[in-house]
Amino acid sequence: MKKVVYIASVLAILWIAMSFSDKSENKGKLMIEFQHYVNDEVLKLDSVVYKNELGQNYTVTNFKYYISTIQLKKTDGKEISLPGYFLIREDEEESKKIVLHNIPVGDYTGLSFIIGVDSLHNCSGAQSGALDPANAMFWAWNTGYIFMKLEGKSPVSQSPGKLFEFHIGGYKQPNNCIRSVKLDLITKKQVLSNATAQLLIKTDVSEILKTPLSIDLSKLSSVTGFHNAGSIADNYSDMFSLPEH
Amino acid sequence: MKQRSFYIIVLLFCTLIVCNSFVDDNPWFSITKKDVELKVPKGFPKPVYTFKNNPLNPETFVLGRKLFYDPLLSSDSSVSCAGCHQRIAAFGHIDHQLSHGINGLIGKRNVPALQNLIWKDALMWDGGVNNLEVQPINPITNPLEMNESLTNVILKLKRNKEYTSLFKKAFKDTVINSERLLKALTQFTGLMISANSRYDKYMRKQDTLSKTELNGLKLFRGKCATCHREPLFTDNSYRNNGILPDTSLRDTGRGAITGEAKDNNSFKVPGLRNIEMTYPYMHDGRFRNLKLVLDHYSKGVYYKGYDVNLNLSKGLTEKEKTEIISFLKTLTDKEFLYDRRFADPNMK
Repeated sequence: MKKVVYIASVLAILWIAMSFSDKSENKGKLMIEFQHYVNDEVLKLDSVVYKNELGQNYTVTNFKYYISTIQLKKTDGKEISLPGYFLIREDEEESKKIVLHNIPVGDYTGLSFIIGVDSLHNCSGAQSGALDPANAMFWAWNTGYIFMKLEGKSPVSQSPGKLFEFHIGGYKQPNNCIRSVKLDLITKKQVLSNATAQLLIKTDVSEILKTPLSIDLSKLSSVTGFHNAGSIADNYSDMFSLPEH
Repeated sequence: MKQRSFYIIVLLFCTLIVCNSFVDDNPWFSITKKDVELKVPKGFPKPVYTFKNNPLNPETFVLGRKLFYDPLLSSDSSVSCAGCHQRIAAFGHIDHQLSHGINGLIGKRNVPALQNLIWKDALMWDGGVNNLEVQPINPITNPLEMNESLTNVILKLKRNKEYTSLFKKAFKDTVINSERLLKALTQFTGLMISANSRYDKYMRKQDTLSKTELNGLKLFRGKCATCHREPLFTDNSYRNNGILPDTSLRDTGRGAITGEAKDNNSFKVPGLRNIEMTYPYMHDGRFRNLKLVLDHYSKGVYYKGYDVNLNLSKGLTEKEKTEIISFLKTLTDKEFLYDRRFADPNMK
């Protein structure tokens, strides 16, 4: 008899626990996939030669950036903040698909995020995951994350090995390179509890080298400190778009 | 007969275990909960680094100690943190002008003492590091120092049985990553607190200073303490102390961090505790003794852009210099220099 009571009470507790977890039913998931392009061509490392605005040839050997402070805007204008720091790397396919959890079910009309890492997390000491300094997106001598790294080669470059490298970061004024991005979803994005919603974002590398500052690779092939970093951050702040619209 | 030999074997085995545990529990090296309590000395300000996200515990401290003394952190396993940060020199590098690295390479700055680090709002001579936890990445990855990558250090630690066990003891699971490596090192260096020198005891009315030392203290307060503010003997600012830049080092100091020309040739005001042991002096270690430092300050010939407070120390007499130096020596803290918690665990 005692045993029966025991089993019954365990089952009752389990049932109560289950009903609590049921609340997560009105939450859903969103997967954002970043697709890397140069103008209208899919980015291919090393082998494909691209042209900048000035007609200078270049290839890309490395391309990475941080995405964080993601917010989704509901149809009623309310914004939902989604935690997480994501390092998107051209050389790692899985890194280009980020999955956001615990999104209230509903329709969304806007998406915003920052390219980089907020100032607080540039000062938070040792961290792991996307923010692990071993990811080589970290400056040790002048603490802070590199928000965007673009490296490649160009025959016009004056740097050793004809290389060009743009390592853009910095969270302190007046050299703050944190840039925010706002994208309007013309077709509402529906987040459901029983399926993962999907969103494609096009990232256009060619934008890093133009508007407002047209980069002449024969004169500017290395930016790894303050000088010109802000202009390049301005350049790439509009490299994201939604291809399905 | 068979039974007897069995008992003998058991007895021998037990003796071995007992002996072994004696070795492991050598009280000189054992670290207890009490050993890792953070005690803020009376009169000290609130620490900047609080261990809030890195709770102090004996196991993590022991891991940090092991790492600090281990040349495994360098690319060819030849240089440890302790190679340049010697305990007897308040973790500075005694009698070495510039830092040393692998293959006999020489860096561009004098090794700073490691003490009272949790009161620093920024680390390094140029203040480029904004959190104590991420400081070790600099010496580890600097090609003139340990010349290693974090990724490779983690790989080496994962392959090492002793470390897999120490990390597990410290963090309760098997994950080994750079965050844990850095946090363990921070527990070890963060507890290096010097606050028991004769000066401190004098301030707490537990000891007396000689007449010469007291004259020195008075002079010091009038001529040096604007920048070397008590009780930490630094105001954590960056200043141009008027020494001629060494053109072979091309070190612009703070200017390289802020990107502003006005900060060129400025360096962090160092704390002066245990200064008797941390020679040579200045960011490039150019002065081999305190007399030469005071000669520079009192001479009144300073390099352009110097800090105007330097004028306070202009024209010191020889007697005044002697008095200031005798006061500075009261900042030697033998309890800290001989603190067993910071001793090399490989000596056990």
